[in-house]
Parts: sequence; structure tokens; C-alpha cells
Amino acid sequence: MSTQTPVRGHYASEDPLWVKVVVVTLVALFLTLLLILPLVTVFSEALKRGVGPALEALGTYDAVSAIKLTLTAAAIAVPLNAVFGVCAAWAIAKHEFPGKSILISLIDLPFSVSPVVAGLIYVLVFGAQGWFGEFLLEHDWRIIFALPGIVLATIFVTFPFVARELIPLMQAQGAAEEEAAVSMGAGGLTTFWRVTAPNIRLGLLYGVLLCNARAMGEFGAVSVVSGHIRGLTDTMPLHVEILYNEYDFVGAFAVAGLLCLLALLTLVAKTVLEMLHPGVKTRSAH
Amino acid sequence: MTDLTISIQDLSKKFGRYPALNGVSLDIAPGELLALLGPSGSGKTTLLRSIAGLEFPDQGKVLFDGEDVTFASAAARRVGFVFQQYALFAHMTVAKNIAFGLDVRKGADKPPKAAIEARVEELLKLVELDGLGKRFPSQLSGGQRQRVALSRALAVGPRVLLLDEPFGALDATVRKSLRKELRRIHDATGVTTIFVTHDQEEALELADRVAILNLGEIEQVGTPHEVYDSPASAFVCGFVGEANRFEGAVTKGRFTAGSITLAAKGVADGPASAFVRPHDLHPAKDGLAVKVSRIVLQGPLAKLDGHTADGRHVEAAFARDGVEGFNPGMTVKLAVQKAHIYPPT
Amino acid sequence: MTVQTADRRGSASGAAARTSRHRSSWRRRRSAIPGFGLTLGVTMALLSLIVLIPLTAVAIKAASLSPADFARVAFSERAMLAYRLSFGAAFVAAIINGVFGLLTAWVLARYKFPGKAFIDGLVDLPFALPTAVAGIALASLYAPNGWLGAPLAKIGVTAAYNPLGVVIALTFIGLPFVVRTVEPVIAHLAADVEEASASLGASRLSTLMRVILPALAPAWLTGFALAFARGIGEYGSVIFIAGNKPYISEIAPLLIVIQLEQFEHAGAAAIALVMLVASFVLLLAINGIQAWARRFQA
Repeated sequence: MSTQTPVRGHYASEDPLWVKVVVVTLVALFLTLLLILPLVTVFSEALKRGVGPALEALGTYDAVSAIKLTLTAAAIAVPLNAVFGVCAAWAIAKHEFPGKSILISLIDLPFSVSPVVAGLIYVLVFGAQGWFGEFLLEHDWRIIFALPGIVLATIFVTFPFVARELIPLMQAQGAAEEEAAVSMGAGGLTTFWRVTAPNIRLGLLYGVLLCNARAMGEFGAVSVVSGHIRGLTDTMPLHVEILYNEYDFVGAFAVAGLLCLLALLTLVAKTVLEMLHPGVKTRSAH
Repeated sequence: MTDLTISIQDLSKKFGRYPALNGVSLDIAPGELLALLGPSGSGKTTLLRSIAGLEFPDQGKVLFDGEDVTFASAAARRVGFVFQQYALFAHMTVAKNIAFGLDVRKGADKPPKAAIEARVEELLKLVELDGLGKRFPSQLSGGQRQRVALSRALAVGPRVLLLDEPFGALDATVRKSLRKELRRIHDATGVTTIFVTHDQEEALELADRVAILNLGEIEQVGTPHEVYDSPASAFVCGFVGEANRFEGAVTKGRFTAGSITLAAKGVADGPASAFVRPHDLHPAKDGLAVKVSRIVLQGPLAKLDGHTADGRHVEAAFARDGVEGFNPGMTVKLAVQKAHIYPPT
Repeated sequence: MTVQTADRRGSASGAAARTSRHRSSWRRRRSAIPGFGLTLGVTMALLSLIVLIPLTAVAIKAASLSPADFARVAFSERAMLAYRLSFGAAFVAAIINGVFGLLTAWVLARYKFPGKAFIDGLVDLPFALPTAVAGIALASLYAPNGWLGAPLAKIGVTAAYNPLGVVIALTFIGLPFVVRTVEPVIAHLAADVEEASASLGASRLSTLMRVILPALAPAWLTGFALAFARGIGEYGSVIFIAGNKPYISEIAPLLIVIQLEQFEHAGAAAIALVMLVASFVLLLAINGIQAWARRFQA
């Protein structure tokens, strides 16, 4: 660690080469064990008996309906989340009001609630023994063990995604451009669409991307409200569990592989976005 | 061209517990170029934003031609506002930025496309940016951005032009040339103009009248000449222009601070501060004895730094040939031509 | 503050409004930018309907139990061991991430090396990968016949179906929290601070110990707490590798699921309440750390 004899081009804020090599090697080893090997496992298990059986597993009726259900739930939850995120960020970043920091903490709350608890709360509210249980039974409306419950649980676990992305971004941008637009006579919607929206486009896309990955991949919360009815209320991650527990490893890993590809696609899109627009990556993790 | 009279009546505004404006009243004449001058935190920007409709007071009124607009929207007031950091729309071209205010109008109010384009061209010419309409703000220099912001604010034909520290983000040379530009544009358009600045030189050079704010209150309003020569308070005297400040006391019409004595007609007995501008000190046979520590030649002026016998720092400035024969270390006599003496506030 | 003054002044401006031509423009305003009422309204409505009100169901349902019944369910030996595993494994995993996450963040923020962009993207994998996928992948990797499980079994270490498996899964889940919280702080740590330290005669090691690490402490603690909080509640990635043996490798969220499967909703709510309280305490701690850190960053 000593820098007694300064080498040319060696800055005070730079680590010696041997430190760099050791640290990078350690990190690479750690990440290989923790992240890369599981990733490789998924594809190697899925393709253990070749491409055919894997594709076959994806083509079964149950798998296809699981894929459809996952896409449907995400298609409802993600846009709603985006609308919420934009509204919350507009109120919080462009205006001053008391209790703002409490509101921000409350929006973040779903991140610190166990997914299982997230599912549980809807069972307690809409389940057969729940607050609205009898009312729902009388009208034959199904929320728990049906699509609405799955959508609600998905919205809960992804709730803060877009808002968390947009609030710091819009706070950093300040309100001057909106004030300029308003002072020139622009109304609220005009100001949003013509001045704010172009500035937050990429941040919104980034938030939606992460939100979508979580929405399609959610397991714990959805598992509690789904009822695991094959071909009806099984999402892709739940289908993975069922196949795995039935020792259909090729099938389980084939569906898992599809989810994995989705995750990798998300990461690539995210990296591209960050390269296009370095400011899009906000300060804190999710 | 415009004949808007603005009247500010007893305006107060607090941010949390911090009072930004405290009972401010001010009348602005049609066609006037007024500077709001003060240190940071004096409330000058809050006052400007209250006139614009970007901030709303807790108390008091803003009248445009006698009509109460205190809580009217910025749009309804038809003001032009130039932001400190310009707030140009980064994703729009210069021309689109300038056209914005006309473009967002609806129905019959919206001028035809050709008229908007003509107006943009006219404004670009006014601020000497002809031909740059297709550029994006990021492709312009700071001074050019400022001109775009100015013409964008003018595009809607505002009843009053409001500028928040318009030259704050620019370097010294650009500041000076843009200052002249603003005066020229004001004279050409005749629009009532109010700008905020913390730079007293800028305020004195540019404005018809200067309103000096301190801690949310107006200390003095007057022409540059008035506020410089007859400052109404110790704060104004210290803030506008340079001055030597001596702390002492007044007894029977005479101010004394150690070896310094000055005439103080009409000032009540008691502790007081005396301000003497450097150029109000002249070499003389009889006067304040000052030991010279340094002499600096600045163009046509000579600036002298020194101390009185009891250690008070004194700065004097006079014509260059006045210091002939003066050397550091020697003691010279300086006569006080004019002093401003204020009781403590 | 603004609200109070607004209320106080409301009647005065209201009276004036009646005399004005522009009645609508007379309404007491708070902000020049429109849409505040609408957007705050939508925000509050969705937050209340989807998050806050349903969450109260946990407390209400748990309250339907007598204190003795509550304690019997929420603090049974099996439940206590499950909390111990969930909290303990999350803590150990957060420590591991604290060390390796800090190193990873340092490497990403400071070094240039081939494959850096790949590592940078990879770090977010636990955010993007569905937890069930991570769960089955880790389970087969660390199973006694798995690629890593087999060599570990030879040296007598049972990873999967054991508390160690829970730690592995939670380490996977928590990594990005530490990296992504600490990395920007390292990147913004001005080089001149280190240069100043060096110019004052400090060695690289003492610069690290006395200048760099203290500056990173608030972010590191935040990342640690976030990873810890996520680990406590984690379910999907854990249940496959944990083996779920009662009293040994059963996590707290799983107990909730078991109670639910037996239609013991009140029991499920009781355990959930304990976990929620723990989460809120942690959330407060995280906010406290961030408020404390802001004092240095102003």
C-alpha cells in the first residue's frame, strides 16, 4: 500500500496495480459463484435433454396459459404503476407541501414489506373470511384465487418503482421550465406534455422496465393470492414452482429459462438506456 | 408602448419560519426600468416572483393598473419572466422556444403559423441572433442563451418584463455587453422592466430607479444618483458603493471615533456609524492624519490604503496626480469632504 | 407552514374575491404550477387503497386473537426459531454483501478493466431475475449432487436444505442494494480529498481508513440495512434451497404461508404483524441513517 516511491502516472487517488488485480479477481470470483453459475445452471438444466424437450415444455397448455396470465397481469399493473408514478412525482417534485417526506417514505413502504405479507393483506380483505368476503361471494365476484388478486398483489410489490425513479429525476430538474411554460400561458396538460414529458421520457422508460421485470417475476405475493389452479391462475414463476416440485426439472428450467431471458433483456435495455442518458440512473438502489 | 402601473402593497411572505418579505410596498411607473437590489436572502427574488405569479404572498396585494392580481395565475397576468438559469426548453429549437408562448394559445387567440414565424424572426433580430433559430439551446453560449430567454419572454407581448439575476451566470465581459443590450431592448420596446440583482454596479448603471432590499424590507427606492449620494440608511450606504465605516458616537452635533471627528448635524446624541466614500477624502493641509501603507494606481485613479493613529483602516481614492510625493510609511493629512452619519438601527 | 397561513388568510381573500371580476383567478393559490390537487389526490387515493388500508387488515385481524392466542402463534418455539433464521441469515448475508458489495462498488467506480460493463450489468441481475428462478437455480447448484454442492459435501459442508442455503439465497438477493447505494458515493468522492490526504503525508492505507471509509459509512450502512430488510421478508429465492425443515431451516414468511394453507388467517396475520413491525423499525433506521448522512453532504 505504500506510495513512498511514486511511479510516473501514479496518482494519489489511484490504487497500486497489485491491489487492483487482487480486488478485481476477488470480485470476479464472488460474482461468478453468486450470479453467473446460477444463470448457467438454468440454461444447462433446461437444455439437459436438448432443445426439443425444453420447447415442448414451453408449448404445453399449462405453460402457455401461465405465460398469457403473466403478460395480462403485467399489462394491467405496469401502466397503472406508471400513471401513479408520474402523478406522485409531479406532486412531490414540482410542489411544496407539508408532510412530503412522510409521503415519500409511505410510497417506499411496499419495498420493506415481505411479498408474502403483500399477498396476505388481500386475502384478509377480499378472501372468503375477509372484510368483503361475503359481499363478493353473494355477487359471485372473484378477487382472491383469480386475476384481480394477482394484479393487486403485483401492483403492491411494484408500487414504488416508477415513482422512485421519477421523483429524484424531476427534483433535480427543478420547476423552472414548468414555471416558464406557465408564465407564457401554457395550461397544466400542455406544460406536462410539451415541457415535462420530453425531460422525463427516459427516466420513465427506465422505471417501467424495472417495474415490468418485477411484475412478471413476482412469486411470493402472487403465490399467496393465486390458489395455484393449473392452467387458470398459475403465472410463469408459479408454474416453475409446480413443475420443480413435481421433479419435472427440464420443464421447470425451461420456463425459468424464458424468465431468465426476459431478465437478461431487461438488463441489456437498462444498460443501453444508461449509456444513452447517464443521468437516468438515480442515486439509490431499489 | 405599455402603460402598466404596478403597485405592491404591504406584501409579506414567510418560508417556514423565515420571513422572505416583510411588509413591502412599492410603486412601479409605466415604462420604467427598475432594479431590485439586495444581498442574497433579502427577498428580492421572492418579490419578483410574487409580481410574476410564480409565488403567492401570505399577506398584501399586487395591483396591475389598480386591478388586484395577487392570486391570479402567471398566465393571466401576461408577464414575461426571464429565469436565472434561463430555463430554456432543452428539447426544442431556439425558434420553438421563442414561439412557445404563442403556440400554446388556443382557438382564436392563437396567431396563424406565419404570424408566429414572423414574430420569432423579428425577435431574433431584436436580440441579434438572426439565423440561429434552428439551433438547440445546448449549442449556444451562455450569453446567447440569455438572449433567447429574453426574446422568449418578449414574444407574448408581456405587460411587464421580469428578470431574475439575468446576468448572474455569465462571465464579466459578457455581463457588461448584455447590460447595454438590455437597456437598448428596453428603450426599443418601452416595456416596463424589473430585474433582480445583487450587483450594485449593475443596478446603478442600468436602472432608472433602484429599490434596495435588506432582510425582506425595502431600505430605499430612488434613482441611482439618489441612492448613491443620499443613502437613506447605514445599510444602503454600505451596500451601494464603497465606503469607510467608522463606529463612534455623536455628542452635540459632532461625531467622534478616536482621532476622527466629523460634523453630524441633525443626528441625535448617542452611538453612531459614519460612512465616508473613498473619493470624499482629499489630501489637504489640515485633516485626518493617515499613515500610508500602500498606494495602488488604477487607471486614472490612485487608491490609498492606510491607518489612523489609533489603528482604524482608511481607504481613499483620488486623481492620480494627487498622490505625487506620497510614499508608503509616510503620514498624510486627508480632508473629509462628505460623510454620512447614521444612528444605530 | 404554508397550509396554516393559507387557512388563516383564506377568509380574507375569499371576501375580496366577491368583489373581483376574475373570480376564478382569485382562488387562494399555493403554487404557480397547476395540477397539484389532482396529482396529489391520485397519489393519495392509490396509496391508501392499494397499500395503506389493506395493510391495516393485518393489525385488525391479528387483534382478533386474545393476547394469549397471539403469543401462542406469533411467539411459539417454531415461530421464534423461524424469526431467528430469517433475521440471522439476513444479517449474515448483509454482512457478506457489505464486504463484497463494497469491493464490487469500488471496482466499478474506480477501475478500468476488460469486462467491466458486463459486471456492471450483471450486478443488477438479482433485481431483474424472478426470485423463483434464482431459487431453483441456487437449489440445484448447491444440492449435494450439484456443481458446487458436490465439492462442498466432500469437505463436509451441507449448503442446500440447511440454514447455510438460506444465507446463500439472501446474499444473492441483497448484493445490488449495497453495490448500488455505495457506488455513486465512491464515484462522487472527490479525488482531491484523497490527494489532500496524501499531500498531508498520509499513506494510502491510512487515507483509506481515515478518509475514504468514514465518507462511505452512511451509504454503506444504508445499503446494509436495505439488504437486511429485503432478506428478512424474502420468500421465493429461499424456499427451494432452504429445505423448509421445521425448527431448522424454516423461514418466517413460510410460516405465514403455512398458516394460510390451514385457513388460520388470524395466525398468519399475527406472524405478519411481527414481521411488519420489524420492517418499520428498519425503515425508520434507514431514514435515520440518511438524515444523519445529509448533515455531512450539505
